[in-house]
Amino acid sequence: MHNAQNLIVCENCDSVYRRHTLARGQVADCTVCGAVLDRYQWLSVEGQFALIVAALVVFLIANVSPIVTLGLSGMSADTTLWGAIITMWMDGAQLVSVLTAMTLFFFPLSQLLIFGWVLGFARKGLRAPGFRTAMSVLVRVKPWSMIEVFMLGTLVAVVKAHTYFDVATRPGIWAYGFLTILITVFSSHDARHLWNLTHKARA
Amino acid sequence: MSTPPRAIDIGIMSCHVCTLVIERSDDPHARCPRCLNRVHVRKKNSIATSWALLLSAAMFYIPANIFPIMRTASLSSIDDNTILSGIAELWKAGSPGLAVIVFTASIVVPVLKFIIMGILLISVQRSSGFIARQRAKLYRFVELIGYWSMLDVFVVAILSALVHFKILSRVEPLPGVVYFGVVVVLTMLSAMSFDPRLIWDNRKSQ
Repeated sequence: MHNAQNLIVCENCDSVYRRHTLARGQVADCTVCGAVLDRYQWLSVEGQFALIVAALVVFLIANVSPIVTLGLSGMSADTTLWGAIITMWMDGAQLVSVLTAMTLFFFPLSQLLIFGWVLGFARKGLRAPGFRTAMSVLVRVKPWSMIEVFMLGTLVAVVKAHTYFDVATRPGIWAYGFLTILITVFSSHDARHLWNLTHKARA
Repeated sequence: MSTPPRAIDIGIMSCHVCTLVIERSDDPHARCPRCLNRVHVRKKNSIATSWALLLSAAMFYIPANIFPIMRTASLSSIDDNTILSGIAELWKAGSPGLAVIVFTASIVVPVLKFIIMGILLISVQRSSGFIARQRAKLYRFVELIGYWSMLDVFVVAILSALVHFKILSRVEPLPGVVYFGVVVVLTMLSAMSFDPRLIWDNRKSQ
């Protein structure tokens, strides 16, 4: 195909456009259906890699530290994400338990690890081993990562519990809040740009 | 500005996974030369799959609302809450703002998804050219809001893990929450199997 690299096909309506280099803050919208074709990637590969490393650290903190503590007449109880996953399993809601583990732990974690792996090599302009698979997995996993929803869910749970118990926030909830911000920053970046930014190690 | 050409008309297509633009191929086993994933001009059996998933989701939505999703047990009482009664309780407990958020995520979003996906599927089946741009927007809206319905499921999970004060006070998940989780996953899958480009194919009128 001639010049196929210069073309963009709108994923929502199939319109074909010539690719333009975008300036800072620019977004290319499809004139037919209004979908976003391309965004200016304001973070360099280096910057994205740094963010991923930060997100991994925060993810770790979010998972090991308790989210909130409840107090009731001298007793107290707290939980982590895994506490919730295990409770759901024990209480007969195994399907929900698996769903929670997938959307809040395994998918986000694999997203972070795979993206980090690919970006690490992309810093030198290289395609990481397993690049193809990694990039395909990233695209497939993306819609199933639900950290933001969990963040809002904890807030609702805290308010609900507040009526009957003493509630104390713990580091976990802040870590999830921070993670939500990092994810929002990332959402304007399309991993698929890496296909054009990297080349195979051997020609 | 003139309307841009459509890929299907000028003999090209793009890979769903890596966006590489390649020559059009109607071979069902065609693969993208760059990422090696299957490529196809349009998603396969898009309408039938999307309908099937949507209707199953709608069916599961009934038990999800009828059955209670959470039990709050204390020394003196056992209180089972459905999605709606949970929202009502949250409203009365003095956080109407939050009640509105939960109501939006658990009731408004799923119902909107059923209606919008239904409209999209029917209009595509009738090759309607009516307000195509608006329908395209509706589709993107459904994709954007889809997963927020998991909110209530996560709330139940956290509360069940937290409220564990032996006989004094205890929160447990009930079957409704499982049905509800299934509804969310099915509606997401339904939206994903729908091919929005069908909105623009074979339009009777412009």
